Order: sequence, then C-alpha cells, then structure tokens
Amino acid sequence: MIVVDFRLSQGSFTLDIRVRLDRPITALFGPSGAGKTTVLDAIAGLRTPLAGAIAIGGRSLFDSDAGINLPPHHRHVGYVAQDVALFPHMSVRRNVLYGRREGQKLLLSTVANMLEIETLLDRNVPQLSGGERQRVALARALMSAPEVLLLDEPLAAVDVERRRRILPYLERVRDELRVPIVYVTHDRGEASQLADEVVVLAAGRIVEREGPQPDASGNGDAA
Amino acid sequence: MRGMQIWEITSFTIATAAFATLLMLPPGLLLAWLLARGRFHGRLLVDTAVSLPLVMPPVATGLVLLFLVAPRGPLGRLLTEAGVDIVFTWKAVVLAMAVMGLPLFVRTVRAGIEQVDRRYEAAAATLGAGPLRVFFTVTLPLSRPAVLAGAVLGFARALGEFGATVMIAGSIPGSTRTLAVAIYSFAETGRDTDAALLVGVSAAIAFVALALANWISSRPGVRA
Repeated sequence: MIVVDFRLSQGSFTLDIRVRLDRPITALFGPSGAGKTTVLDAIAGLRTPLAGAIAIGGRSLFDSDAGINLPPHHRHVGYVAQDVALFPHMSVRRNVLYGRREGQKLLLSTVANMLEIETLLDRNVPQLSGGERQRVALARALMSAPEVLLLDEPLAAVDVERRRRILPYLERVRDELRVPIVYVTHDRGEASQLADEVVVLAAGRIVEREGPQPDASGNGDAA
Repeated sequence: MRGMQIWEITSFTIATAAFATLLMLPPGLLLAWLLARGRFHGRLLVDTAVSLPLVMPPVATGLVLLFLVAPRGPLGRLLTEAGVDIVFTWKAVVLAMAVMGLPLFVRTVRAGIEQVDRRYEAAAATLGAGPLRVFFTVTLPLSRPAVLAGAVLGFARALGEFGATVMIAGSIPGSTRTLAVAIYSFAETGRDTDAALLVGVSAAIAFVALALANWISSRPGVRA
C-alpha cells in the first residue's frame, strides 16, 4: 500500500494529491502539465512537498508533521525516469549492478534473463537502441530491490512496434517479482491495457479513479 | 650558467608545481562541487573568496600567507608546535603555488560539474547512492575532462608563480628558487643570458601545459 497525501507548489499551481494505491499496477494518467511526473519525483524524494505524508507499506518516507523526509538514497524506490538516464560512462553491466543492495536475493542473471538483456551486458550505453535502454533501465531499477517501481512514460520514446514488445516485460515484473508499479502515461489505451487501476490527474488534482477497463482483461496474457 | 643549474631549477619548479597541483585537488574538488551544486548561505562569499587570489596582487596574497604561516602567525604557531617550518622552505613554494593555482582549478572544475546533467545524479540517488558515492561514481567521472583541464591550468599557473612565492619562500638557490624567481634574480644581477635561457625553458613548459589543457577541453568528452 502506497499512501500519497501531499501538497507541492509547482509553477503556477499547487499539486494537491491524496490517494492510496494498493493495486499491482496503477497508472497515473492525464494531460501534459497535470503533475504526473511531480508525483513520482515526490515519492522518490527528488522534490519536497510543502506538507503532507508519503508512505510505502507502512514505512514513512515523508511526513511534514513528524519532521520525516528521507533522502532519495534511503527510500528504496526504483525510478525509471522518462529519459531513463543510464550512466553514459559505464557499461550496461555496471549500470545494472550500480544500485544492487547488499544481501538482496535477486540475481543479475534472473533479471537479465527476464528482460532479455543478457547479450547487452558488455555493451556501452551509447550503442543501445531506445527499447534496449528502457529494458536496461528497468533492470537497473529492479536490481536495487525497490519496494515500488515508478515508471515515467516508459513507452513514450519507443515506436508502436517496440511498445508492443516492452509491455510483456512490465507484466513479467508485476507477476514474477511482485513489485508494485506506479506508471505515468498520457496514453489512455496504454493506461487501461496494463494497469489494474487508473488514476486521472488534471491540473495537480485527482479528478477520477477507475478500475480495470473491460477490454483490458483479454490483453493481460499477451506475453 | 651550467646546464646542471638549469636542470636543478627546472626540475625543482616542475616538482613543486606538481605537488602544488596535487594539493589543490581535495579542497578544489570540494569547493567546485559546493559552488556548482550546493545551496547554502554565504555561497556568494565563498565564490568570491575563492577567486580572490586571481585578481589580488600576488605579492599581497603572499603577504597574507606570510602573516598566516609565519612562526608567530595564527597557523604558523600551530605548525611550529608540530615541528613544521614553512616559511622560506620548499613547502612555502608549494603553498604559494597551490593558493595561486586554486582559483583556476576551481573555476574550471565547477563549470565542468555544472555541465553534468542532474538526471544522472538523481538516478544514482534513487538507486541508493549517498551524496559521496554519487560524486565519486557519477559527477566526477562525467566531469573528468574539466578536472584534467583544471589541473593542467592550475599546474601552469603554479609554474609561473612569482609574487606570493617571493614573499613567503624568498629566492634561496637550491632550496626555494623557482624558474620565475630565478629569472628575476638573474635579470636583477645582470646575468641577462642566464635569465633569457630560463625564459626559454619556462615558455617551453608553459606552452606544452597549455596545449595539453586546450587539447583536453577540445576533446569530445563523455556527453553529459
């Protein structure tokens, strides 16, 4: 369960987000500038709300009343930003292993196999295609054993064909690793295909919440 | 002047300048990072103070240093108790060179760090890396060309240091006499040929160092 309840000023408006996320995959859907990415930034600790509380599974990450504000490196949140930000000066392998936590059970081979990046491990980042970067960034985030995975428009940078091929990987992450995913998109179809719940944002506020779309059930086993 | 003497002055100058460059690295990297990424009160003050030796007369900077590290100065007293003499030794030469080279190093590295895309640092942080690890594994490697260029510039500046050196190290042959100081001493005492010879040597070293700095900064470094 992810509790997000905060206010954060951003440019001309103030985000006021109050939501409890308890489904395996939640999509944050809304037009550009609605504040979707800011919500992810706040959960990851990259932006500090004015007030409120953020907690994952009962662990408080931010609580303005209690004076809690964990820095990003103590939050155990996997965040794949829209531009994926793979480290350009490291090999794919070093990228993926960068955030590996001590004592965590997840093996590189497991993740590499699941996301089909074994053959990419010894390559350099500039040699990767857009879809490969997405998978490597996903692997890197997973290797840090996150308690939640935040994905910002993971499919925006790839063409329709690649999009169709990456979706199953996300479904495997959900089904095999059981890491809850919060997924930002401005594509309605994508939101309803993958997510168990769609939270609709507009101008910094939640305007709608929807369960799974009727047509989404048939696509779940596309992998 | 015998070749031996030229070699002695030249090698002493290069060695002290290299040592001074190493000495600049820890405070220089810290200051560059603080100025590029830090948000703290007094930032402008630090920024200005760091660049002060760049615009102050070097002799004035030398006098300030002399006041600080002289046996009865605030720092000098502690050093004397610890059994370290600085003034009029090779250590004073290194100190003067480091202080005068530091602003160039800091300014160059700072500009390099500012070029590093913060997204990489943010990504490293969400992957569990604390500020130190982010700096050494992401920020520093991505600004490496600037660090190298800054070090070469600081080294070149140290090579030519005169004013501050004369104030706190003097011009003792074989012990504190650098190329710049020797050129002045020789010209002053009518040894024009010797002075001209050393001018040639300094010009050659400075040329190589600057060409190196320009080559480093013109290379397409890691895209940040």
